[in-house]
Amino acid sequence: MGELGLSTKAVAPLPVRSGVKLHLEHVGVVFEGDGKRVPVLEDINLDISEGEFVCLVGPSGCGKSTLLNVMGGFLPPTSGTTTIDGKAVHGPDPRRILVFQEHGVFPWLTVAENIGFGLSGLPRAEREQRIAHYVQLVRLQGFEQSYPSDLSGGMKQRLQVARALAVNPDILYLDEPFGALDSITRLIMRGELLRIWQSEKRTIVFVTHDVDEAVQLADRVVVLSSRPAKIQDILTVDIPHPRNISAPRYLELRDDLLKKIGLAYTA
Amino acid sequence: MTALSKPARWEQFFWPLFATGLLLAAWHYGVIWSKTPVFPSPLAVKKGIVELLHKHVLWAYIGDSLRRVGIGYGIAVIVGVPLGLALGWYPAALQVVNPVIQILRPISPIAWVPIAIVMFGIGDSPAVFLVFLSAFFPIVVACVSGVSNVQTVFRRVGRNFGLSPQQLLTRVVFPAALPQILIGLRIALGIAWLVVVAAEMIAVDSGLGYLVMDSRNSGKRYDLVVAAMLMIGVIGLALDIGMRRLETMRSVRWGYRA
Repeated sequence: MGELGLSTKAVAPLPVRSGVKLHLEHVGVVFEGDGKRVPVLEDINLDISEGEFVCLVGPSGCGKSTLLNVMGGFLPPTSGTTTIDGKAVHGPDPRRILVFQEHGVFPWLTVAENIGFGLSGLPRAEREQRIAHYVQLVRLQGFEQSYPSDLSGGMKQRLQVARALAVNPDILYLDEPFGALDSITRLIMRGELLRIWQSEKRTIVFVTHDVDEAVQLADRVVVLSSRPAKIQDILTVDIPHPRNISAPRYLELRDDLLKKIGLAYTA
Repeated sequence: MTALSKPARWEQFFWPLFATGLLLAAWHYGVIWSKTPVFPSPLAVKKGIVELLHKHVLWAYIGDSLRRVGIGYGIAVIVGVPLGLALGWYPAALQVVNPVIQILRPISPIAWVPIAIVMFGIGDSPAVFLVFLSAFFPIVVACVSGVSNVQTVFRRVGRNFGLSPQQLLTRVVFPAALPQILIGLRIALGIAWLVVVAAEMIAVDSGLGYLVMDSRNSGKRYDLVVAAMLMIGVIGLALDIGMRRLETMRSVRWGYRA
């Protein structure tokens, strides 16, 4: 993946090593409240490469989103360190954008204004150009002046992805971005996301509890155990895109993943 | 016309007019049949309005009442909105000030009359002060709750895009809270209009509230009393409709859907 790197439009400097983008070392998170200590994440060690598509799966409530929040800098870990391009993460940063499951777009802004939200520092012409580019990329042409309340759930999520990509982040964190969509829209959105990922080449960390979603999208699937979450296994999906979801190798990997997650998922 | 079907266009106008006509008729015949010496008939009230217009006091009084509301309410918005936003933004500050607000809030502005007169004497100022008081607390409370009800997702997106705290307030928190703030502003304007009439009965010699009292005191002109009441109602309605129009702006309409 490394040689594909970032698109030429990227403002972020290329990393010194094209290898590891994101590095987690002994990351642990303990929530404290009511005098109780609840360990959520325990000793997470993970390297994610430049341009890689990684899915985090695990039982619901295991701490997938917590891990994503640590990576995104929203939550400082209780122990351990997160580094991106060799530098420690200390808080959220426009170079790494988190896409939420729902309600992530601003309802008081139009589609165009949402996409331009992070571009207020740019000259007007360049901003307009970027907005037009990303409107097109997520196929929202004709809706530039619409408000999110006029959009379907799938369109809103595409808008959120467009707003994120517009600021040229080098990492995209997606927290169950299709979880609130119906199953058909979800299938379409997976295809759309893959298309966008292949044309914009960013590092993507994608949280899901959907096994099919993970096997269909990811280069690697990180399986978390139940709480307190540890990395239970990492599955490499060695099928090129577009993936045939009824091919024997696909089904084999899918079964493999189901086994790794445990019986709770096959029931 | 069932509860579910949308009424036809003619029905939207016909039934309200019909109800109004019915009410006027009931009023008219009620006055005739009861032979009341005090309460004027609708026709007498109409004559009263014409008389007021001829004496040129009506427009002047309406202007005076609107001016007092404009100034008092305007100051309440200018002071109350930033204060409410700040208190919503800094929960620690809210904790400090909240008890004071909660004690002052339920006091009717009318109870402030003696103090208003001691502080501001006679004239516009005490009335403006009472209007300000009546609008101030609803505005502050609406802004505080508007800000604290802003979804955390919006704030997190704002932080993620690298906004400074000040940008976060102006570009995310304020627009997110605006639908609720506008409701507070509308309610506050309604209260201000109620209070200016009461205030004008006490410390000034112009305005619609004064007109009500003066018409009664000088010659028991109940036709003029009711005429003034009607004007108060119509203007109050116009103010409310004006504020409601703000709520249909595209950038806030999302906030009023279930």
